Amino acid sequence: MSVRWETEGLQTVGIVCLVIMFLKLMHLLGLIDITETDSSDSDLELSTVRHQPEGLDQLQAQTKFTRKELQSLYRGFKNECPSGLVDEETFKSIYSQFFPQGDATTYAHFLFNAFDMDRNGSIRFEDFVIGLSVLLRGSVTEKLNWAFNLYDINKDGYITKEEMLAIMKSIYDMMGRYTYPCVRDEAPSEHVDKFFQKMDRNRDGVVTIEEFIETCQKDENIMNSMQLFENVI
Amino acid sequence: MAAGVATWLPFARAAAVGWLPLAKKTMPKPPVDNSSRSDEILYLNVSGVRFQTWKNTLDRYPDTLLGSSEKEFFFNEDTEEYFFDRDHEMFRHILNFYRTGKLHYPRHECIQAFDEELAFYGIVPEIIGDCCMEEYRDRKKENQERLAEDTEANESIDAPLPPDSTPRERLWRAFENPHTSTMALVFYYVTGFFIAVSVIANVVETVPCRPPEGRVKDLPCGEKYQLAFFCMDTACVLIFTFEYLMRLFAAPSRCKFMRSVMSVIDVVAIMPYYIGLVMPENEDVSGAFVTLRVFRVFRIFKFSRHSQGLRILGYTLKSCASELGFLLFSLTMAIIIFATVMFYAEKGTKSSDFTSIPASFWYTIVTMTTLGYGDMVPNTIAGKIFGSICSLSGVLVIALPVPVIVSNFSRIYHQNQRADKRRAQQKVRLARIRMAKKGTTNAFLQYKEDRGDSTALCVKNRSAFEHQHHHLLHCLEKTTNHEFTDEMTYSELCMTESVGFRTSRSTSLSSQQGAQNNPTGCCPRRARRRAAMRLANSTASVSRGSVQELDTLHIKTTSIPPQTRSSLNAQAGNLKLNCGEQDFTAAIISIPTPPANTPDESLPPSPAPIPGILRNTRATAFTHETVKISSL
Repeated sequence: MSVRWETEGLQTVGIVCLVIMFLKLMHLLGLIDITETDSSDSDLELSTVRHQPEGLDQLQAQTKFTRKELQSLYRGFKNECPSGLVDEETFKSIYSQFFPQGDATTYAHFLFNAFDMDRNGSIRFEDFVIGLSVLLRGSVTEKLNWAFNLYDINKDGYITKEEMLAIMKSIYDMMGRYTYPCVRDEAPSEHVDKFFQKMDRNRDGVVTIEEFIETCQKDENIMNSMQLFENVI
Repeated sequence: MAAGVATWLPFARAAAVGWLPLAKKTMPKPPVDNSSRSDEILYLNVSGVRFQTWKNTLDRYPDTLLGSSEKEFFFNEDTEEYFFDRDHEMFRHILNFYRTGKLHYPRHECIQAFDEELAFYGIVPEIIGDCCMEEYRDRKKENQERLAEDTEANESIDAPLPPDSTPRERLWRAFENPHTSTMALVFYYVTGFFIAVSVIANVVETVPCRPPEGRVKDLPCGEKYQLAFFCMDTACVLIFTFEYLMRLFAAPSRCKFMRSVMSVIDVVAIMPYYIGLVMPENEDVSGAFVTLRVFRVFRIFKFSRHSQGLRILGYTLKSCASELGFLLFSLTMAIIIFATVMFYAEKGTKSSDFTSIPASFWYTIVTMTTLGYGDMVPNTIAGKIFGSICSLSGVLVIALPVPVIVSNFSRIYHQNQRADKRRAQQKVRLARIRMAKKGTTNAFLQYKEDRGDSTALCVKNRSAFEHQHHHLLHCLEKTTNHEFTDEMTYSELCMTESVGFRTSRSTSLSSQQGAQNNPTGCCPRRARRRAAMRLANSTASVSRGSVQELDTLHIKTTSIPPQTRSSLNAQAGNLKLNCGEQDFTAAIISIPTPPANTPDESLPPSPAPIPGILRNTRATAFTHETVKISSL
């Protein structure tokens, strides 16, 4: 009896197999369509978003670069990013190439946010060139403003200790492991404490833009070093 | 660093402003960059085709020719452009590399030409982008293999024996390359014949012969003519044993030889006979003895020494081992699955052939390979369904790896054919080149004769190049106080004077005319000088130097012949012809010891690398050198 059931069972299985294979064959040949969702159109979505920058004259008005410099900058920019936009991943990978010993991704993230002024997740050529204009041709106040903007991660106008610690850690991360002397774990927080001692006048635990600019203007070292990168381009 | 990095560096430096307020120490001074700020367009003229690009583009890769100051060497002030006398089509790819940062390999170009261009422009081939890297590597490997094959073929097979090799080496060589001597060839054919005889005897001895009187049943011939077959077998085995022992004796590395495939086959082929001799006529053991006789069929594999095709087949199978392995594995899996299913499907029917799963293996194999003997057939419906699925899938599983194996075989076979064809063509090519070289030498000799006539009428229509070349050869003659002559004059002298040379171990001098070491040097100096030229000339013409050597002109120093200074002033008639330690290679002008005898004998007789100035005014005291010509 059981033997009969076995063979009967196998027979059923065999027939079911045949039917399924037949259906799959028909689907393959396109005679019938058994899929529910129509997934073919999703592949057509545009993979690249393109962006064209504003005209040369407007950029010249907005920045302090000459026409030739803007042309040269754009040529380099366009060569690297033909689509006209730099997304965060690309930015991180580019910036990391300059610091091969350490991990530059965190700092690159902060830097990206500082450049990406309209917070849309990608740097356009205008952002790029305006940022560069400030850094290279701007006045000392503008540069300090820019630096403050960098440190202020949530852009609320105050630098808290946590924000500063994050920035400091990311900078020390870029150094990597093999340094002399070795980077101790407390080094970033010590550095942050020193910074706050210097900058935070009213000891309220945050640094505002006025405190920052005031303190920096009084510090000779900082003021001298601001001229350093003026002839980069 | 990648191109993009160079572009972004100014940006990264600018962003460093963010560190300034946090800095613990003062920042270092920035590097002073004196180069002009503004970007300019450079003009590159590559054999007439003008390319233009920004200077910045080229500066991206400062360690290449175009990116560094090396290109200033190519700057043409009159036209204010950089002129390169190279291929402009390849230059396109090079320039694109600067522009895009990716180097592509053009598939239709010759790999060596491309490599040379890359070397010229100072670009390492490793930067080739992933899209083209595979193709590039494959082509390069193919090319290298081809070159290796050529040089190997030139050296090993046709290379002549060094004259003082031991009989053992000669024997080994005779075995490996039978066509080097008639004796070896005879032996080669004899063994081939005996292999064939042995195999045929094995086959024929099982054919049923007419039974002798008194027996009804047919007898296999082996038993009827037992003695005859035994004698034939003995003879064959004796020959094979002798051959094997000879090979073992001659082999340069006995361990390696004994481990090689061919020697294993040899042993397996002759072992059964000896075991049979030793075996007693015991009933139990003779069963095993019968098994051993099967191994006699392995003698047929000895033919692979004689046949190239067999070797290729074996090599193909070896190289397709992974595909064969895959085939076997997938087949095994499928067999097990289907056998199980068929067994359970047919379990119900009485008197079914599918008694167990291993029994179903047979059915599955026969069905999957589409043989279908019909000794086992399913009876139930389920069995028939699964049986048909089994046969359909069998076709697919077997059909998959077969094309791979076939293409492998075809590739190897064609490679072999190509190698043979190339070797044949190489010989023709070299012969033609030698003839051309001889033509140049003859032209020079002609020029000398004409000069001797000192009549302006004899000045033929020769190019400036030829004039200068002949002048150069003439200078060389004056330098060494030897003369170039031609082959025939030399060989005459050589026959009569029996010049004593001892040739060196160079492989490229295949046919030194019977040179033996004759330290007393019987030729008078004049004749010997001539003879030297003769030898050199004939050497140049019969040398089998590879084509590459024709382009090089080395001047080699060799060890100083052990002569004291006094002997250097030997009398004219008693010059030692000592060329012992010299190394010649064809196409080399080697002047082992310059005749550095000054009248004041203050200079040591050590050779300078360039055999230069003949200081000696005394015509007597030369150490004799042989000068070989490489006709340029």
